[in-house]
Amino acid sequence: MSDATLAEICAVACAEAWRGSGEVLASPIGTIPTIGARLAALTFEPDLAYGDGDASQLAAPIPVGAPPDAEKVVEAWIPFGNFFDIVWSGRRHVMMGATQIDRYGNQNIACIGPWAQPKAQLLGVRGAPGNTVNHPTSYWIPVHNARVFVESVDCASGVGYDRAAKAGPTMQQYHHIHHVVSNKGVFDFETPDHAMRIRSLHPGVTVEEVQELTGFPLVVPADVPTTRRPSDEELRIIREVLDPKGLRSAEVPE
Amino acid sequence: MTDKRMTEADVVAELRDGMTIGIGGWGSRRKPMSIVREILRSDLKDLTIVAYGGPEVGMLCTSGQLKKAVYGFVSLDSIPLEPHFRAARQNGTIEAMELDEGMLQWGLRAAAMRVDFLPCRAGLGSAVLDNNPGITTVTSPYSADDYVAMPAVKLDVALLHANRADARGNAQYLGADWYFDDLFAMAADRTFVSCEKVVEPGDFLKEGSESTIRISRIFTDGVVEAPHGAHFTHCVPDYQRDEQIQKEYADSAKSPEAWAEFRAKYIDIPEADYRRVIGVGQ
Repeated sequence: MSDATLAEICAVACAEAWRGSGEVLASPIGTIPTIGARLAALTFEPDLAYGDGDASQLAAPIPVGAPPDAEKVVEAWIPFGNFFDIVWSGRRHVMMGATQIDRYGNQNIACIGPWAQPKAQLLGVRGAPGNTVNHPTSYWIPVHNARVFVESVDCASGVGYDRAAKAGPTMQQYHHIHHVVSNKGVFDFETPDHAMRIRSLHPGVTVEEVQELTGFPLVVPADVPTTRRPSDEELRIIREVLDPKGLRSAEVPE
Repeated sequence: MTDKRMTEADVVAELRDGMTIGIGGWGSRRKPMSIVREILRSDLKDLTIVAYGGPEVGMLCTSGQLKKAVYGFVSLDSIPLEPHFRAARQNGTIEAMELDEGMLQWGLRAAAMRVDFLPCRAGLGSAVLDNNPGITTVTSPYSADDYVAMPAVKLDVALLHANRADARGNAQYLGADWYFDDLFAMAADRTFVSCEKVVEPGDFLKEGSESTIRISRIFTDGVVEAPHGAHFTHCVPDYQRDEQIQKEYADSAKSPEAWAEFRAKYIDIPEADYRRVIGVGQ
């Protein structure tokens, strides 16, 4: 196998977010997280469930970017009504995007500027409040920079650790911000005050570089691991089964 | 036996200024666009629209008929950000009640159950509670838990688009997802359903299983036969989204002139002409 690309390293880093999730629904948003979730299910997390991005839970993966009429093996029906039931049951681990994310894992996809009259209206909070209060949530950020990794988000769509603590024990009961994967590294909140920590950096990325691209001080462990490279088998699955058209490189160029 | 068939104009004649109107579908999927276009051709104003929002929200923003939007998101799916809605929010010309998607479902459910609120976890700790001071929390009578007390989202009217319906107002959904159309119908005082085709009740099971006949006539007040009535949003399996016209719609947010052009071409015309313009009518 030729050397892994950055997109492939990111896909495996996303897959790793679901390691240990067990038999729950993986809900990836974006190309690289979708490859990651399906890769995890095909390798080290065989009971992980995943959908087609629409109303079908699949028994076997389809490639990313498959047309709506692509042949698929449907094992369960998950229209949005069932979907919210699954969210509220907690049997799900989502990987969402973020226009902004802060030190304690608050995420914003709603607007930039004051909510009352925003400078830029975005999607709205979508399912982020319900996701973060009900089940593990991870984030995927294809372009790591200080406009995304900010000191404080403009509108807390997904709830981070500081706001969860303020909201109290019911909020905290099932709250868990798991990993943040970017094109520079993997981050988590496994610190005493749940401030964002470097979990690993992708090959060739330095602490100085990633700190420069982050709008708040990251917690740096004494020994910063390097994100693992995909195995030959993982590369084969990504390239031949999950993304034969190479859509991953559009989301993360070299 | 009541025959509930009517036209889009008949539906709009039942609407009043200031009403709260729920619109079914999801994003740019199976929206009752022919009725929405009829609203745009009317003088109705000060409307509150409740929706998993798509182009109907943006259109009513730009036409100036929307006073307040209640939503979990507003998106065109393949074009993630709805440009007309964005402009209205950024210019401060509309009021907004922005909710978690699940909270909106729960508010509709509460209205459907005729209770003031339903408890949920969704919303706790998030900006939704900061931005909606009218939404509060409630302590469980059974434990120390605090939940969001999601208030009922009551609708004066629900507008839906189904794949099939019969003249009495039973509605059938042939795609993989009916989204929350059933809840919208139950949360509303009156519900009007447009459909691709009005069929005889005996024909429902030729099209799909019993579970596809999702809405009973006991929840509906009017049926409009509107072939391509959801266009340019999708109405699977009858048709996919018309991405090209959706793009024209999105681009029309660039200037008042572009919007006027879009309006003249696609909205300020009879529905039969609309079908000819999009290339499906005679």
